[in-house]
Amino acid sequence: MRDLSPPHGVGVIAGSYLAALILTIWPLPHWAEMLRPTWVALVTIYWCLWLPQRIGVITGFVAGLLLDALTGTLLGEHALALVLVAWTALWMHLQVRVFPWWQQCFVVLCIMLIYSFVLFWVDGMLGYTLGPALRWTPVIVTALVWPWVTLVLARMQQRYRVS
Amino acid sequence: MAVFRRQRSPQLFSSRPAGALRTLLLIVASVVLMVYDRQSGRLQQMHAALSTIVWPVQAVVNAPHAMLLWATDKLATHMALVNENDALKSDLKFSTAQLQQYAALEQENMRLRALLQVTPRVPGRISVAQLLAADLDPFRHLVVIDKGSQDGVYAGQTVLDENGIVGQVTRADPLTSEVTLISDPSQAIQVEVNRTGLRTLAVGGADLDQLSLPYLTNAADIKEGDLLVSSGLGGHYPPGYPVAVVTHFERDPAEPFAHATAHTAADLSHGHSVLLYWPAVPTTEISVSKMPAASPTASKARRRKKP
Repeated sequence: MRDLSPPHGVGVIAGSYLAALILTIWPLPHWAEMLRPTWVALVTIYWCLWLPQRIGVITGFVAGLLLDALTGTLLGEHALALVLVAWTALWMHLQVRVFPWWQQCFVVLCIMLIYSFVLFWVDGMLGYTLGPALRWTPVIVTALVWPWVTLVLARMQQRYRVS
Repeated sequence: MAVFRRQRSPQLFSSRPAGALRTLLLIVASVVLMVYDRQSGRLQQMHAALSTIVWPVQAVVNAPHAMLLWATDKLATHMALVNENDALKSDLKFSTAQLQQYAALEQENMRLRALLQVTPRVPGRISVAQLLAADLDPFRHLVVIDKGSQDGVYAGQTVLDENGIVGQVTRADPLTSEVTLISDPSQAIQVEVNRTGLRTLAVGGADLDQLSLPYLTNAADIKEGDLLVSSGLGGHYPPGYPVAVVTHFERDPAEPFAHATAHTAADLSHGHSVLLYWPAVPTTEISVSKMPAASPTASKARRRKKP
């Protein structure tokens, strides 16, 4: 008998977010900065696609607030971006699940464009308009990293029976 | 009961709608948060709570760096320590020799200021803080230091290093503080050219150790290699600390202002420790209200009294 009331596998989900936050602020040399994928958005997309009954816009919002506090951005900036990411991923999760990996990469690319555009927009209003390479290269890098993230997280999900 | 529950949450094709209303509410909530956070200081409690939650993440990221520093300390050989000690001793002698002259100059400066009836410059208190190893938002020039409001750090406090001004504390959380560097695109600092006393504004930009001087006229007396020190106008930064060295100055008669850039005096990209500065008199209080008193209106009033 499976009891749903104590959520199963919260540790795995929280762990994946913790790892994403750590990787987000892990010190990199200056030139490698723009090759850093947006880890928290990746993790959010994964859980929204494969665990939509539990992970959604609220998780995205909370993760965004933590990310804002961690990286020193305006409180609510990443939260807004991640709510939109989560909503888009939830909206098309049934289609994306059956896509081959390269089509999934394309979908992730589109979602990351939304994410980066929101940040670009808010930052633009605050006067942080410089560095276009730093803004748009991570979108492509994130899409390319997607298959590997799926591989790792799917294995974790299977192994610890997160559902 | 269990069977009923299982039927209510189908595993394979769960097509629960994303909840348009919930999404909309969260979007509105984030926008409201951003607007409130922009009016700084109103969300201080929330910032403090969130930063305490994410503090372990910072600690984990900083751990290898801290361990490396600790290990190099522990594993240093006797010879290396002796060498370092010698170097430090000679450095100290050199600095003390320079300070002797400085003490005489300071006395002279105090006397002259007393003659001119100007308030004497009071040196502030300084304490050391370590940078935490973490890459924050790549579009902002921010660093995190390991001292927080528990150690008396406050928002608006000046941060220095051994070469000059680094930036200011923009948020003091209980355990850590966030420092915005002077090269941040949102920052501007009042400077004066040390050689001539010409006052201008140095503003940040995209590059980590570059400042630009956008308000210099083509006739301005300035050249490459000039040292810019903080002027203390605006009352935000203490006066007389090195800010940057002019690296490039180009007159363009077609434009109203010259192009000038400067390289920051402080090492913004490689430093490990910074100095926190507490002014002897709180500078924020003499900021706007008292500054005009020392400007032309005051001297005009004095002149008017004389005849």
